[in-house]
Amino acid sequence: MIAALFFYLFASVAIASAVMVISSRNPVHSVLFLILCFVNAAGLFILMGAEFLAMILIVVYVGAVAVLFLFVVMMLDVDFVELRQGMLNYMPIGGSIGLIVLVELALVVFSWVLSPTALKSAASPPAGGVTNTQALGEILYTKYVYYFEASGLILLVAMIGAIVLTLRHKQGVKRQDVSVQVARSPATAVEVIKVKPGQGI
Amino acid sequence: MYQAIVFLPLLGALIAGFGGTQVFKNLGSDADVYGDHASHALDDQAAHTHDGHGHGHYVGAAWPMYLTTALLCVSAMLSWVVFWGFLPEGHDVSVVEVLRWVNSGGLVANWTLRIDALTAVMLVVVNTVSALVHIYSLGYMSHDEHQPRFFAFLSLFTFAMLMLVTSNNLLQMFFGWEGVGLASYLLIGFWYTRESANAAAIKAFVVNRVGDFGFALGIFGCFYMFQSIEFDTIFAATPTAVGKTMHFLSWDFDALTVLCLLLFMGAMGKSAQFLLHTWLPDAMEGPTPVSALIHAATMVTAGVFLVARMSPLFEIAPHAREFVVVVGAITAFFAATVGLVQNDIKRVIAYSTCSQLGYMFVALGLGAYGIAIFHLFTHAFFKALLFLGSGSVIHAMSGEQDMRKMGGLAPHIRKTWILMIIGNLALTGFPLTAGYYSKDAIIESAFAGHSSFAFSLLVIAAFCTSFYSWRLAFMTFNGPSRADTHTLEHVHESPNVMLVPLYVLAAGALAAGFLFKDYFIGRDEALFWGSALYRAPENEIVHAIHKVPSWVSSSPFVAMVLGFLLAVQFYIRKTSLPQKLANMNWPLYQFLLNKWYFDELYDFLFVRPAMWLGRFLWKRGDGTVIDGLGPDGVSARVIDMTRGVVRLQTGFVYHYAFAMLIGVAALVSWFTFGGTH
Amino acid sequence: MFIGLSHYLTVAAILFTIGIFGIFLNRKNVIVIMMSIELMLLAVNINLVAFSTSLHDLVGQVFALLVLTVAAGEAAIGLAILVTYFRNRGSIAVEDINLMKG
Repeated sequence: MIAALFFYLFASVAIASAVMVISSRNPVHSVLFLILCFVNAAGLFILMGAEFLAMILIVVYVGAVAVLFLFVVMMLDVDFVELRQGMLNYMPIGGSIGLIVLVELALVVFSWVLSPTALKSAASPPAGGVTNTQALGEILYTKYVYYFEASGLILLVAMIGAIVLTLRHKQGVKRQDVSVQVARSPATAVEVIKVKPGQGI
Repeated sequence: MYQAIVFLPLLGALIAGFGGTQVFKNLGSDADVYGDHASHALDDQAAHTHDGHGHGHYVGAAWPMYLTTALLCVSAMLSWVVFWGFLPEGHDVSVVEVLRWVNSGGLVANWTLRIDALTAVMLVVVNTVSALVHIYSLGYMSHDEHQPRFFAFLSLFTFAMLMLVTSNNLLQMFFGWEGVGLASYLLIGFWYTRESANAAAIKAFVVNRVGDFGFALGIFGCFYMFQSIEFDTIFAATPTAVGKTMHFLSWDFDALTVLCLLLFMGAMGKSAQFLLHTWLPDAMEGPTPVSALIHAATMVTAGVFLVARMSPLFEIAPHAREFVVVVGAITAFFAATVGLVQNDIKRVIAYSTCSQLGYMFVALGLGAYGIAIFHLFTHAFFKALLFLGSGSVIHAMSGEQDMRKMGGLAPHIRKTWILMIIGNLALTGFPLTAGYYSKDAIIESAFAGHSSFAFSLLVIAAFCTSFYSWRLAFMTFNGPSRADTHTLEHVHESPNVMLVPLYVLAAGALAAGFLFKDYFIGRDEALFWGSALYRAPENEIVHAIHKVPSWVSSSPFVAMVLGFLLAVQFYIRKTSLPQKLANMNWPLYQFLLNKWYFDELYDFLFVRPAMWLGRFLWKRGDGTVIDGLGPDGVSARVIDMTRGVVRLQTGFVYHYAFAMLIGVAALVSWFTFGGTH
Repeated sequence: MFIGLSHYLTVAAILFTIGIFGIFLNRKNVIVIMMSIELMLLAVNINLVAFSTSLHDLVGQVFALLVLTVAAGEAAIGLAILVTYFRNRGSIAVEDINLMKG
């Protein structure tokens, strides 16, 4: 009962905020609504019993990705933009396409029956008695370690990519060039001037 | 020896053509061969009557010309030896095989030389006139820059003509036939920078082609009827073919008549008979030696030779022979009337040739093959004499060909004048000259053959011949001079190298008839011809000509005298008469001057539709349909498609995302409602 | 009432559809596209976890974790591209981004 209530709460708020994401005029509002959607989705995850994933959602999605969105929105100084008339041009066909997808999804969902053997042939059933986190950890680093490594690589590539795309060397910024410093020799660094006693330079 | 006669000219042509000309030096480059003549070409167009023979200078070796001339003289002497061997009585046919050529199923056609009396006569005619023309050209073409090419072409022509007359089967004869057509094209268009020369060469070739089409059909018909194209086989099988019919498109035709008519169609084209004659006057665009050789003595007589050679076939196809007589008579009359009013000296002689060929065909059609060949023999001499003589006149007049600008030349170029008189006498049939024997024989045979149509036309043509021949002589040599002073200053007699051939031809024109008439048409003619010319048992025409009434045998003489007197009246005594007569009968004068408007008629009937069809097929057929459906069409459709597809590439990312979305939706729908399971 | 698998799947479907709408119905700026993509990924994650729970199979959650990783990386790169584009063009209004027009 409580679970159902929370489910409907989380679900409705998630859907409502998703609608607001795409239809709000102020892009900052869009991002904030996105954050709200993510939080509600995390709530849904907890209801389903995947608490590790829910927390990760909050940490990564909300804490990193959504904040990143916010940073970019702020940085790009995007203006308030009036809802342009042109959007209505695409409404019929876009709406119909969306409707088609939704209808098909619904068809699949409601006419599809779980195969009785599927329940018994789970690939990685959770070990009983442990937390979700521990269960995930137990299989992630053993059975799916390659995927784990691969995802690490993906993140590495993404990081490098982001830096490569956006890094700009500002002119006139003093930086250290360690190799130049190390390669200094007395010939270039020190100049010996014989000074007569009593004279200055 | 026979091989030498046939192949020496070819050897000369090849060596002179490939070794003496610039053909290998100019390969691949766009060198304007007639460099300094390019500007002259436009001037020449304005004055068509100008014989545009080279005002330049010849630079290059002299050996090609001498080599070809020498080889041809050797060939000519050998052919006289062969001819002498046939007198007084011809011996049997000798057949000399040269090489095996076609041997395919039932079609056997090897390259063999057939030497019989007819061949011997033709060899003499061809080689003699060709050798004399070669010698003459040494002088006449001495200023031309391209003499090696000219002599090579002359020798090539001679070779092709020899192939024609020595052939032993229809395919070889066709090879020679086409070869002389080719050489005629090359030589008429020798001065190819002149547009009129190019047009005339094409006209000659195309009109010849029409005749050749009939000839080719005739060859096919022969093969169909007799399963062979060798003369011996065909001649042996002719008795069995009498009365056979060919079935074609639900009609039955008498086979032999059809065959003979088709073969005669080839002769009509080659010998410029009525309806296929239009090319002969325009062929005068070529140099005068070419006109003398090809269009007087040899190529145009190939048609006569063909009919004579196929005499076994023609002899048993009386309907075809009637047609030949009719066509020949009409040609003789028509050409003679047109020749009455022409102003270009070479064109008058060209129409005279056309007319005399008509005479020969009348004789052939009546079954008097020997008489026709005799006239061919004598005609070669005096017509070549007339042509070369006119070339001498043109040479003296620095290229002027219009008789209206000549006159009073007799005291300046005496020798040419006398030679032209001799030619005229022979042509008009003055007693004891060569023409007298042969031409009168034809007219008598027309009467004896019971063809009053042919007889009357031939007599009228004889009158016209005499008139225009003497008109030519009087306008050119007598009376006051109508040339401009510059030309008159340069009038000079031709050099000996040009005159000596004329002397030889004059001797032939005077004596050839008297010396040889017995062998050709007289007592010994049956012995002489032997099996070369076939005559049906009931064909007694050769004897019948001696039995005609005396008014008939004197009618040509009377016509000649009348023509002479009328020409004297018009062009010596009262020279204003021609113009007055022309003005009084202006439509008739125009009709004759424009050659009975045949060129205009053919232009309207054939040339314009052909050009229209060609342009239509080119622009619409090739351009619109084939190119439109093919390369152009495909490329245009591709461009249309891309233009449509390009509209998808808007550049907006969300459009692309939308497209992906549509694709996903489609995929999902397909999987849901169909597709694989 | 019992909240079964289909409920969660419906929610995920609706979120997915909203994300799709957001891609081409926006006329404002490109960031909304990126956020719609995040919404779609979130919907997928919900799906995966729902199935994982109902089938008692942890693979779904592992996969959801990997999806999360990739989504984060993709968001980072996408925003980096956006920033660079903005630096070069000065605008991220949707109609102005048509350099690939062909």
